[in-house]
Amino acid sequence: MRDKLKTLIQWYDEMLSLPHRSEVARELRDEDDLFMLLLYSEMVGIPNPVYYYTLELYPYMLEKFHDWHLRMGMEKSPLDGIRCC
Amino acid sequence: MSSLLVAAIGIIIFILGYRFYSKFVAEKIYQLDPNYVTPAHQYKDGVDFVPTNKYVVWGHHFTSVAGAAPILGPAIAVYWGWLPAFLWVVLGTVFAAGVHDFGTLVLSVRNKGQSIGTLAHRLIGKKAKLLFLFIILILVLMINAVFAWVISNLFISYPASVIPVFIQIPLAIWIGYAVYKGKTKMLLPSIIALVVMYGVAILSSNIDFLQIDVVSYFGGEGAAGLFGMGAVSSAFLIWIVILMVYVYIASTLPVWKLLQPRDYINSHQLVVGMAILYLGLLFTNPEVTAPAASAASDVSWFPLLFITVACGAISGFHGLVSSGTSSKQLNKETDARFVGYFGAVGEGALALVSILAVITLFPSAGDFTAAYSSFAQANATGLGNFIEGASQLANGLAIPPGIATTIVSIIVVSFAATTLDTSVRLMRYIIAELGVEYKIPALSRMHVATSIAVILSAVLVLLPEGSKGFGSGGYLLWPLFGTSNQLLAGISLLLISIWLKRQGRNFLVTLIPMVFLLIMTLLAMFNQVLFQWSWFGSDANMLLFVLGAVIFVFAVWIIITAISTLTKNDIRSPE
Repeated sequence: MRDKLKTLIQWYDEMLSLPHRSEVARELRDEDDLFMLLLYSEMVGIPNPVYYYTLELYPYMLEKFHDWHLRMGMEKSPLDGIRCC
Repeated sequence: MSSLLVAAIGIIIFILGYRFYSKFVAEKIYQLDPNYVTPAHQYKDGVDFVPTNKYVVWGHHFTSVAGAAPILGPAIAVYWGWLPAFLWVVLGTVFAAGVHDFGTLVLSVRNKGQSIGTLAHRLIGKKAKLLFLFIILILVLMINAVFAWVISNLFISYPASVIPVFIQIPLAIWIGYAVYKGKTKMLLPSIIALVVMYGVAILSSNIDFLQIDVVSYFGGEGAAGLFGMGAVSSAFLIWIVILMVYVYIASTLPVWKLLQPRDYINSHQLVVGMAILYLGLLFTNPEVTAPAASAASDVSWFPLLFITVACGAISGFHGLVSSGTSSKQLNKETDARFVGYFGAVGEGALALVSILAVITLFPSAGDFTAAYSSFAQANATGLGNFIEGASQLANGLAIPPGIATTIVSIIVVSFAATTLDTSVRLMRYIIAELGVEYKIPALSRMHVATSIAVILSAVLVLLPEGSKGFGSGGYLLWPLFGTSNQLLAGISLLLISIWLKRQGRNFLVTLIPMVFLLIMTLLAMFNQVLFQWSWFGSDANMLLFVLGAVIFVFAVWIIITAISTLTKNDIRSPE
């Protein structure tokens, strides 16, 4: 009896949360999509609206990037835009 | 006659319909296949397409389709006696609504979970999609106007319900945030919210200054109000303006902030409401005092009965829910029978209890006839009678009459308010889509589209003049709401028929209800437009005449499309 009641409550709760879950998932997906767009828009030929802000990230990224290209077996920076060495 | 007997007969027919007729339709006509890969599995994305347990989908489907409309329609339609309304609710649910809701679900599942609008485009052509958009536009416009009137009317008649209803808004926003931030599950807070609302209802029923009675603030019914109007007219104006401002905000917010948390509370209210009514019926077993068939009628029952019952028997709006969300969540195709057909049965049970509440309210047949003295009177007071009848049933469960009335009116207002929110939101989407279709980009802006939706609805609800003056005539739009809703159901049934025909199956199961619905709609509109609302009719009304004429033209358009598509011998299959 108690188990049945528990299942019933669980079912009811799930019924209520069904639309909410999808709505929250949708907002999350929209945010992810926006982030992807910021990252890769120039790859698909769309000018990046946050271009000037990404330039500000340059000093922070430089060191990490340098480590990365050395790790990858490239002595010099493979990208013209980033001149760490 | 005992009301329990009437309820039992109705419920037994519902059960038989589900047990046998829906089984026949599922196996022989729609030919459900348990191994068919449903869109929920095929396009699973964790957002829209999520395979879900059938009881959960049913629960969500039922709470989305059940609202104030299936209560209001039957409460008016008992004007012709309880038997005609009872028969149409029961038989309409079994043979029309069940097949319709079930069919739209299957059709959508078999077509990648697409909505009815998209399917109309694919199965008939681009014109059908536009026709469909216009009919939904008219439908949602009617819903906005009718429900704005319903809420205002209830606020004026039951001032104790105002504060509990408005308290629901901050409570819902609180739940929305708490759940969104992942702090809590929604079940417990929404039950707390419900308890708070009903607690406030108990207080406001007993304490006078908690009752927001706008009419009495002006000094009673006979007193003068704003702009030289009477007190009641001014109260209508004030409530309608407040409601329109509210829906503007509510329908532009993200759904999780207000609309969805309100839905949880309303789901509890639906459960509480139906439990109170059916238990009250069981314990008190009141006598049916209303006449089975009423002879004193100023308007003939045929064909207006079918339009007036509206959502109580069949509703095109269900097809939008079936094909919009439920079809994307179906785990197995065979679940469609339970979700679609049994969802319609649930709605039928709600309509049935609405009929029972009204027909057991009055002490004698004479009182009933006096309360339902004319069709206009039935339209204006139907919902009030339901509330009184329902609280009389609740009284059987030892709930004091004043509190019961307030709680029942809160339930009805909450349903109506959610419907209003949703339909203003829908109207905004449709206006935006029409803007894209006709290349008017301004229309697809959220605030432009919402403003148009809200202003049009406000104008429509304020224009018709009822017995209590300006703004009180919203009920005059009810038959128009009924017809546009049935037209929508007609289109959906047409689409299912076309699909069945192309599959080489028997499509009479959907064609017969479709023909029936369209003929009733045409006859009702023809009668009302020509003999009642036109300039030489009995009560000439330009607004209703124009709207009715537009709906009439749409109905003819659908029939022509139906004939031309169904007689064409093409083998093009959507699958």
